[in-house]
Amino acid sequence: MSGMLKNALGWVDARFPLTKVWNEHLAEYYAPKNFNWMYYFGSLAILVLVNQIITGIFLTINYKPDAQLAFDSVEYIMRDVEWGWLIRYMHSTGASAFFVVVYLHMFRGLIYGSFKKPRELVWVFGMIIYVALMAEAFMGYLLPWGQMSYWGAQVIVSLFGAIPYVGEDLALWLRGDYVISDATLNRFFAFHVIAIPLVLVILVFMHIVALHAVGSNNPEGIEIKKHKDDKGVPLDGIPFHPYYTVKDLVGVAVFLFIFALIIFYMPEMGGYFLEHANFVPADPLKTPEHIAPVWYFTPFYAILRAVPDKFLGVVAMAGAIIILFLLPWLDRGVNKSIRYRGPVFKAAIIAFCISFIGLGYFGMQPVTAVGTWFSRFFSFVYFAFFLLMPFYSNLGQDKHVPERVEEK
Amino acid sequence: MSEQVVDKRRRLFLTAAATAVTGVGAAYVAVPFIASMNPSDRAKAAGAPVEADISKLEPGQLIRVEWRGKPVWVLKRTKETLVQLEEMTDMLRDAGSDESEQPESCKNVTRSIKPEVFLAVGICTHLGCSPTFRPEVAPEDLGADWKGGFFCPCHGSLFDLSGRVYAGVPAPLNLVVPPHKYVTDTRILIGSEGGQA
Repeated sequence: MSGMLKNALGWVDARFPLTKVWNEHLAEYYAPKNFNWMYYFGSLAILVLVNQIITGIFLTINYKPDAQLAFDSVEYIMRDVEWGWLIRYMHSTGASAFFVVVYLHMFRGLIYGSFKKPRELVWVFGMIIYVALMAEAFMGYLLPWGQMSYWGAQVIVSLFGAIPYVGEDLALWLRGDYVISDATLNRFFAFHVIAIPLVLVILVFMHIVALHAVGSNNPEGIEIKKHKDDKGVPLDGIPFHPYYTVKDLVGVAVFLFIFALIIFYMPEMGGYFLEHANFVPADPLKTPEHIAPVWYFTPFYAILRAVPDKFLGVVAMAGAIIILFLLPWLDRGVNKSIRYRGPVFKAAIIAFCISFIGLGYFGMQPVTAVGTWFSRFFSFVYFAFFLLMPFYSNLGQDKHVPERVEEK
Repeated sequence: MSEQVVDKRRRLFLTAAATAVTGVGAAYVAVPFIASMNPSDRAKAAGAPVEADISKLEPGQLIRVEWRGKPVWVLKRTKETLVQLEEMTDMLRDAGSDESEQPESCKNVTRSIKPEVFLAVGICTHLGCSPTFRPEVAPEDLGADWKGGFFCPCHGSLFDLSGRVYAGVPAPLNLVVPPHKYVTDTRILIGSEGGQA
């Protein structure tokens, strides 16, 4: 039997590099042996992506991308389609889970310096994935055709209208109509189910190819490729499979436990994952009393609202995302990991986290004078964190990074 | 061709020419795809004028009419409001409506043909939400200076009762007054200014 399998594998290998790919990316991909729990979120992001694609395909089977039918078809999925509610909640909860996982994944990269040389492109590909993910989530949110879908899309598409000269025409072109309408819904459906998922999958592939070319970073920020044995295997590396595939399975189990709890017991998450106003069909004549984007957009939304000028507000919001791309070149610190960086950098990271979460909070709240001033303060901290980084990031780096990953 | 000499200049020229021609071709092929996303002929044709009946409109009351998929407000203002509109100037960004969009006939303080009847497209000039009608004076959430007007719940822009934007809010311009005309004393045609509708 095993002889036959070997022959079959040999036959395939002569025609397709199956064993080669398996070895390069799993069995002989040597990852640092000191990964901690922060390293679960990469593989969890892939898990959620697969969840979104599979549940998404099954949702399209019953969903109707038509302004007259969309809202009812979602309710039809929820009430009349066998297990439709489960598939829909897996998809809607999956969207929020995706951002939870991706934000933690990015935070991991930030504190351990995973974006630093030679991993700049890993970070940049990751950032493009993040932007594509935001576009995917935004377009998906229009599809249920509820009040939040409608007015959220109205606001976001209007953002493009703030661009001088071409803005209004660009917004018109994106909508395909003078207002958000059936034409907009239909094209967002096309982008949401085909165009962006394809781009996402290709980008994830590039993200992983780039990562596996340079090798993974680790919580110590030590380059394990500096010390190899005579076969060229890093001394502090262990094969991804089986060591990390098994480890990641533990992460998957914990994740699915929480994910299932949310799907079964609080799929709307008190209005944070599925907003209450979205259970009312879209009404182009009436904006809900309080509109806010879904939680994962609110930090940027708060920055938009903090600026009392239309064009500059959009510039600030776009800038807050663009500046993240530049992180590898803004950080001048020699040591990668926060474990070996000075108190100034640590304080900056804490200030950044507080301001990001603060912005996220105020972005969800109705407009108040106090909230606006807090948002302005936090926006200032957010931008200062990045723009001042070239000046403070190399302060107090006198800690010595060990050559090898030490056993503790 | 007995001698195997490669003419590098010729090869470079052919490569460059083929690349350029392919690029131009690709650009041409992109045109129909990009253009297909513009508003269709049907969407363009759907902008017919609509009529609003204001015979039952009481002072202080606002009705909404749908025109081109957008809400159009028709508000009948009270005498006090009209007096008070004159006193707003200091708080507004474009009090004279010089940069804002309205028919010539409405480029005045009340931004209307008849002073008491105000029409506006109920879409915030910031990012397109529909502001809420807040006629009450000095409510708790809007502060003691509030003289009644429109409040955009999305980003906090403020407009007075003739749709003029306050200074220091995100919206850059006054609310748009749509082209309209009085067919009779109590019937307004929205979307058309003169001649046949």
